[in-house]
Parts: sequence; C-alpha cells; structure tokens
Amino acid sequence: MEKYRGMLLSLVMALGLAIPAYAESIVVEGSTTVLPIAQRAAEEFMDKNSGADISVRGGGSGVGITSLIEGTCDIADSSRPIKDEELEKAIIRGKAPKANVIAMDGIAMIVNNSNIISELTKKQVKDIFTGKVSDWSDVGGSGGQIVVVSRDSASGTFEAFGELALDKAKVRKDALMQASNQAVVSVVSKTPGAIGYVGLAYLNGVKALKVDGVMPAKETVLSKQYKFSRPLFMYTNGKPQGLAKEFINFILSAAGKNLVDEEGFVSIQ
Amino acid sequence: MNNFVKVKERIYRWIFTALAFSSLLFLTGIILLLLKESLPLFKHVKFLDFVLGRSWYPTAPVPEWGILPLILASFLVTLGALFICVPLGVGSALYIHEIADEKQRMILKPMIEILASIPSVVYGFFGMVIAAPFLQKIFHLPTGLCALTASIILGIMAVPTVCSLAEDALSCVPNSFREASYAVGANRWQTLIFVVLPAAGSGVSTAIILGMSRAIGETMTVLMVAGGAAVIPQSLLEPVRPMTSTIAAEMGEAVMGSLHYNALFAIGLVLFTVTFIFNIVAEIVSKRFRLKLGLDR
Repeated sequence: MEKYRGMLLSLVMALGLAIPAYAESIVVEGSTTVLPIAQRAAEEFMDKNSGADISVRGGGSGVGITSLIEGTCDIADSSRPIKDEELEKAIIRGKAPKANVIAMDGIAMIVNNSNIISELTKKQVKDIFTGKVSDWSDVGGSGGQIVVVSRDSASGTFEAFGELALDKAKVRKDALMQASNQAVVSVVSKTPGAIGYVGLAYLNGVKALKVDGVMPAKETVLSKQYKFSRPLFMYTNGKPQGLAKEFINFILSAAGKNLVDEEGFVSIQ
Repeated sequence: MNNFVKVKERIYRWIFTALAFSSLLFLTGIILLLLKESLPLFKHVKFLDFVLGRSWYPTAPVPEWGILPLILASFLVTLGALFICVPLGVGSALYIHEIADEKQRMILKPMIEILASIPSVVYGFFGMVIAAPFLQKIFHLPTGLCALTASIILGIMAVPTVCSLAEDALSCVPNSFREASYAVGANRWQTLIFVVLPAAGSGVSTAIILGMSRAIGETMTVLMVAGGAAVIPQSLLEPVRPMTSTIAAEMGEAVMGSLHYNALFAIGLVLFTVTFIFNIVAEIVSKRFRLKLGLDR
C-alpha cells in the first residue's frame, strides 16, 4: 500500500509538472466561415513559433461562443456579433467575452453560370428571398422558377444576411437550407434556376451578381459601397492574453493580412 | 484455493452482468437527457402547437416552432424508400435463399453486406452528384434535391437490412412446408409465392419495419440530398426537410440552452418515439411469426 501511495504521489506530481509545459497551447473553435483563416494562420504561426500549440476546430459560431463561455476554448470564431442571451450566460459564469475583429467579409449573391442575370437591386434580392418574386422573368431574367438556396437558419451567415439583406424578414419556406457555404455553392452550380449567398471566399464555379450596381469584391467591401458586408470576429475571454494575444496580433500583422486576402477574405486596413 | 476460484468466478459474473446492463444504462441516460433538454420548450410552446404547427422559423425575431412539415417530410421519404427497399430487399432474399445455387449465394450475400458498410456520407455524395442531376433532367425539375432523390438513396441503403432480416425469416420456414407443397404438385413459383412467403410473412414484415426505422433515422444522406425546405410536402418531387437533417444542420450553431436548442432536442424526442414504436411493432410481429411456425413453444 505504501508503495502505491508513492506511485500515486509521483503521478500527481508528474501531471502537475506537465501542465506548465503545455501552457503554450490554445484551442480555437467556432464559425465555419472563419475556419479557413484560423486554420491557415495557425499553421503559419506554429511554423514560426515551434513552442506554440494551436488547435483549430469548426462547429459553428454558436458552438464557439458556447465553448468560450464553458471555458473549453480560448478563442471563439464567430461570423456574427455575440447575442444578448449569450452575453448574459457569460456574465453568470464570470466570463467577459471581448470582440476582436480580424477581417471583413462580403456576402455575395450567386447564381448558376448559365443564368443571364448579372445584377439585382437590394429590393429584388429581398423580394426573391422572402417569396414575393418566384420567376426569373420578374427580375429581368429569361424565365423559369427561381430556386432559392439559403444557409441554415442557425448559421452566422444566415443571420448576417437576414439583417443586411432582408431587414430581418423571414426567408421563404420553400428555400433549400444548406448546412455550409460549400453546400450552397455546389447546389447553385448544379441547378440552373438557383440563387444563393455565400462568403467571398467561396466564389468558385458560380456567378456572383452585382447588388445595386456594385460588384462584391475586396475594394467595395472595404469602401462599404457593397451593401452586404460584415465583420468576422474572434472572441476572447477578456482582453486577449498570452498565446491568444500573439495569435490574434499575428492575424492582424502584415503577414496575417496576406493570409486573410489569400483565403478570399478582406483584411482590415 | 477453492475460495479464490469462487471469488474469481463471481467477479467475472459481475463484469459480464455490468456489460449486459450497460446498454440499458445508455438507453435510460439518453431518454433522460432528451426529456431534460426538451421539456423547457414546452413551458413556452404547447406540445400540440409544436407537433402540428406548420412553420419552422426557430431564429426569426418572433420564432415559430411548428415541426409538422419536418415530421411529414420524414414519413414521406421513408414511405418512398419502402417502394425501393421492399421489392429489392425481399426479392433478393427470396432469390438468395430459395433459388440461387451455392456459388451465386457466395457472391451475392457478401455483396449485399458490403452495401451496408458504405458510409452514409458516400451515399449522400452519390445522390447529390449523380442521382439529383439525373432526376432533375428527366423530370424537368427546378432542382434535383427533392424527396424522390432522398427516397431512392434511402431505399438502396435499407436494402441490406431488409434483405438479411427477410432471409433469416425465410430460413425459419421448415423444409416440410416446401416438401408438402411440392408433394401436392405445386411448382417452384407457386411454392415460393403461396407457401414460403406467407409462412415467412410476419418475419418479412419485421424486416420491412426495421428497414423503415433505419430509413427514418438516417441523417447524413437526407441532409445532403433532400433539399432542406421546411414546407409541408405536396409531392415527391419537391424539396423537403426531414427531422434528422434539421437537428444535424442546426445543432452546431444553436445557442446552448436556448429555446432553439431545446426545440432540437424535442425533435429528437419525437424521432426517438417514432423509431421506438417501429421497433416495438416489429418485436410484436416477429413474436407472432415465431408462434405461427411453432418455434417458440
């Protein structure tokens, strides 16, 4: 028995020693929109700082913020501002979520490549997504039913779109709700009559539309000429500290801005 | 020494008892969790409004919590899947068990079992890339992601379940039944359709019901191919949004502890109840079947 107690004690001590050794590790979790930035940045950052251990996970904005409140992640990626109810929860648990804007993103309206339309007004977008207009001929197209593709109602992108484009009106019931940006692109690219919306990083194989005469692009998002733009966040508990601070600073540095641009987002100037 | 063996035996007994009862523990745990997380919703929404409501807008400024479109969608794609998996599954079982020679059986059985081991995301991918564009073209649909596509893929996925269970049922039919039938001059077809199949009838029904419960609980595939529109389905050619894909798509981004979160658990509870009923019915039917063949006496 005495022998075991000794072993147990040394085990506890070993664990105790092990914790400081891993102090340079953080968990980044949340929005699938922010995920590509977080992933690339983590890779580059760890290349340069061999002691750092940054693990990056997706899951969604809500998951990230929940984890931050629960204390299971250090940085919560989010494509929407924190909600009041989440903030209340955080305060109850003694946490103080702090928003760090790391990039801007434009939400581009996309259609199938075969669609002759190249431009819509903000009002037409709203009419299409709320169900007032159901045929392409009503918005200057060549006729045929409009297939509305949307993100899932719980996603940060959906909420941002709802606020920016629909003035919080409800999306029509028969919209095809897709679980990721990539899914929206793949449905729109295969469906001639489809219209959808995705982040700027996802414009492959589909046609982006001008909205109120402005093409979604880095310049127009930065200059705020393009209406559907939004900030992307990394939330931390209080002011970022230690590795989390270094990591966020890295994303905001010149090298980090390059990564943000390469991934198709808009770096903050 | 003898004492030591006894203790050892008792320990093993306890270990295996614990293992056997562990699934009961998991089941209770899951039911309790579903109840605990879904009940808060019903403080705000009446159960009937939840189950019979026609609009699902969980994140709107004034949220609406009606899951009737989701329930109907689940049943529609499952019903559609039946039209694929029953003929294919029961037909293959009949062929493999009653007609095929040893060589064919050795090829066919593993093949069908391999069908069961394909991950559902692969089925979903197949449906999205191949089946949906194809159906879109031949039916001139606005989109190929609809209940029909989901039904076809789910049907194919349920074939192994239906086939192997139906085959079990057929193997329970005593050979004397077949011999008696041949003895009175019936040919092979007549024996199969009028003697063997009716004798295995409730066993085959069990297979079908379990196939249904497999189809209604399938998530990844329907998430990818059913379209995802929360409307009350009018036809098989429209996009729908079954219960499983709603939970899968929204759980990741729902605020933990919010009404939306509770509502997703409540959908899980409804889904669980449905599959639970399917399984109980299957159990009852199969018991009757065994009694009929005189196996349980």
